[in-house]
Amino acid sequence: MIQGVQIDLISSERLENLTTLEKVRLILEKVMEGNVVVLEKGLTPDEQSFLIETTMREITPDGFAGIEMETYSAGSESSHKSGGLFGGLFGKKESSTAGRLTVIGPANQMKTLKKDKDLISTWVSSK
Amino acid sequence: MSFLLKTKQRFAKLFGGLFKKKQMRIGIYGPPNAGKTTLSNRIVRDWTGDAVGPVSEIPHETRRARRKEGVKISDEKGNSITIDIVDTPGVTTKIDYKEFLEYGMQPDEAVVRAREATEGVAEAMHWLREDIDGVIYMLDSTQDPFVQVNIMLVGIIESRELPVIIVANKNDLPDASPARIKSAFPQHPVISISGLEGNNVDELYEKMIEYFG
Ligand SMILES: Nc1nc2c(ncn2[C@@H]2O[C@H](COP(=O)(O)OP(=O)(O)OP(=O)(O)O)[C@@H](O)[C@H]2O)c(=O)[nH]1
Ligand SMILES: [Mg+2]
Repeated sequence: MIQGVQIDLISSERLENLTTLEKVRLILEKVMEGNVVVLEKGLTPDEQSFLIETTMREITPDGFAGIEMETYSAGSESSHKSGGLFGGLFGKKESSTAGRLTVIGPANQMKTLKKDKDLISTWVSSK
Repeated sequence: MSFLLKTKQRFAKLFGGLFKKKQMRIGIYGPPNAGKTTLSNRIVRDWTGDAVGPVSEIPHETRRARRKEGVKISDEKGNSITIDIVDTPGVTTKIDYKEFLEYGMQPDEAVVRAREATEGVAEAMHWLREDIDGVIYMLDSTQDPFVQVNIMLVGIIESRELPVIIVANKNDLPDASPARIKSAFPQHPVISISGLEGNNVDELYEKMIEYFG
């Protein structure tokens, strides 16, 4: 078989129907196989917190070394939206706190070359 | 804050000695090697005379959150706060034991350090979700602040609506750039200090009293 890296693009529709734990499991299963996962819609801060915690629990010597992750910053617009005058009154909607397109891959195979607010450039090596 | 909560706090302040109240827990968070333990030790030494834990140039020296209870910080005007200081393990999304070999560590020792570090990071995330009331987010100001883990962590802290002070540490070093940190987190107060030499920590104490009080 030709050498390469599998890339899994997961749609926001698929993500919306999953619980936090299911999302984190789905991402980590794929990344631990050596795949790069692209999420059409990013994770909420709470989901990110669980992703970091679960990633840590899966790390083994000479095995899985953790994840590399990049996302476009949600930008000041969304923090204004959620933290502004009405943020506290109406509560936050999931959609306003969730990040945007997100790339997650195995730490020992992936490296971010360049990241701007509108361009992420990553380099991925096959195993 | 609700009226009831305010009244409760006022009572707690008045009868601080009588009631066993829950102290505000301030977590010191940030990437490995930012200087979290150095600052925790300084705060605790300045205000209680004790220390919190060991410091090292090797990342992931702190692998268990450590708490020092009842640290009272005051200013000249007579304002003060009493808080618990929680020194946490440096947060990252990846740990490879081979990194520690470069510091001359033996492989078996490095594997143990890596395992403890992963548990420590998981624990730090857990504390943040359950037990922390305010955060000092520490960054080494000689490093690029725009890395994903900082953006994520500050996002997580914001989503929990915790008060946060960003500390731009190591301002004693020539290539320190607190300005870069200020531009990365314009929505929060940024204080530039040297936890090692003590530059400007008084400003941090004042900000802590104002922000966490
Ligand atoms: N020049 C300089 N060095 C500092 C300063 N603060 C800490 N350091 C050094 O940075 C290294 C790491 O300091 P620690 O306090 O152990 O950092 P930490 O954030 O607790 O690190 P972990 O526990 O590994 O996450 C040590 O070599 C310290 O002496 C500072 O203000 N200036
Ligand atoms: Mg430490």
